[in-house]
Amino acid sequence: MSHKHFIAAGVLGLFSAASQAQDLTVTLTNLTQGIHFTPVIAASHDMSASIFHVAQAASAELTALAEGGSIADMSILLSNAGADVIENPASGLLAAAQMTRFNLTNSSGNDYLSIAAMMLPTNDGFVGLDSWKIPSEAGTYTVYLNAYDAGTEANNELVIAGSGASGTPGIPAAPGGDAGTNGTGVSDAESNTNIHIHRGVLGDTDDNGGASDLDSRVHRWLNPVAKLTVVVQ
Amino acid sequence: MLKFTKLAIATFGAIALVACDDNNDSSALIPAADITQEYQVTVSNLTNAQPFSPLTVLLHDTDQIWTIGQSASDELEQIAESGNNSALMDSSFVLESASNGAVLPHGQTATVTISNDSESKYLSLVTMLVNTNDAFSGLNKIDISQLAVNQSLQYSPGAYDAGTEGNSEAAGTVPGPADGGEGFNASRDDVNIVTMHSGIISRDDGLVDSVLNNEHKFDNPVMAVTITRMK
Repeated sequence: MSHKHFIAAGVLGLFSAASQAQDLTVTLTNLTQGIHFTPVIAASHDMSASIFHVAQAASAELTALAEGGSIADMSILLSNAGADVIENPASGLLAAAQMTRFNLTNSSGNDYLSIAAMMLPTNDGFVGLDSWKIPSEAGTYTVYLNAYDAGTEANNELVIAGSGASGTPGIPAAPGGDAGTNGTGVSDAESNTNIHIHRGVLGDTDDNGGASDLDSRVHRWLNPVAKLTVVVQ
Repeated sequence: MLKFTKLAIATFGAIALVACDDNNDSSALIPAADITQEYQVTVSNLTNAQPFSPLTVLLHDTDQIWTIGQSASDELEQIAESGNNSALMDSSFVLESASNGAVLPHGQTATVTISNDSESKYLSLVTMLVNTNDAFSGLNKIDISQLAVNQSLQYSPGAYDAGTEGNSEAAGTVPGPADGGEGFNASRDDVNIVTMHSGIISRDDGLVDSVLNNEHKFDNPVMAVTITRMK
């Protein structure tokens, strides 16, 4: 069993009581050109806890995060599961091409790192990392993160004030001030109600109409959408 | 949780096996000749609206399923244009083949179990994204020869273009439920090399003749795959 396979498989750790607390310095960089990240939540936890798993339905806590950028309920969920939680390290929005850095000391047994933040302007898109095994060896590790669709809201791509509440259709804000108005709506149904890779936004080039309030020249992205650097002391 | 339990057993090898596993002794950690190999391949479809054709899982010692920049084999073209995997599964280089035998919808997960009574060096996986002209995804010639029992490998493959059919997205050319159009056609009216896929355009994005809409767009990765050696 080579070390390479441990990393590739993301294994280790059921019998994690033997593991030691580690000091981590985590840097998250928004790699997009026109997308803001809402307040970031990060946590080290054991394998019983998570922020999300792909191909599974979003929790109410993740729905609130992905539709409205609210991390309060997710923080409670993680804390109740014994996780070490970091809230809002960027002190607000993390704009395109900006980075935030924070320190995290994981408790013994909390060997997995998860991160999430809503992507604005999207309906229920979020950048995420699910249960990345924190290496036991000191070093600098890089992970690229993808954009996910929570599967909880149709991607109508309409900017509607107050739509950050779970179950209220719409994009709550376009922080760059670069969205249009009076769109007719891109999609009124959610094809995939489980968490999946975001197909991207459509957008259009009509600031005062068209199907989408988003600008296809500004608000599109391709994976990966974030770079994570983890320094294990 | 079952998956994680098995992964963890692999991590702590002999101790865990003695403590927890009544089917194997610690010698099972070292693959020996002439024992049955068994692998579980678990695939999650991460696309928004691209069902996968029945999964094709292969064990082989030679060959690969595709090569970027080279023409797709006829067997791969069959899968990429129509989802029909029978020709590839019957290929002479294939030692063992297995399939879940059903379409894997977006957002869903399926597991294929494949076994062989002798050592196999490589495992491959192929499936079509059926609401496309000729997009496929999978794993190409993964070396599993060093994988110990209960150990896993994880992958997040992207989408490839077989290059055997132009991406017209036109009505009558897409076999999936978005169209119900033609599957395999032996004529090769595209670049005739395998590349990464450039994505769906759709009529919502200005391709007026496209039968696809914004729901069918995708970004990479399109699937999450875990290979776990069971025996």
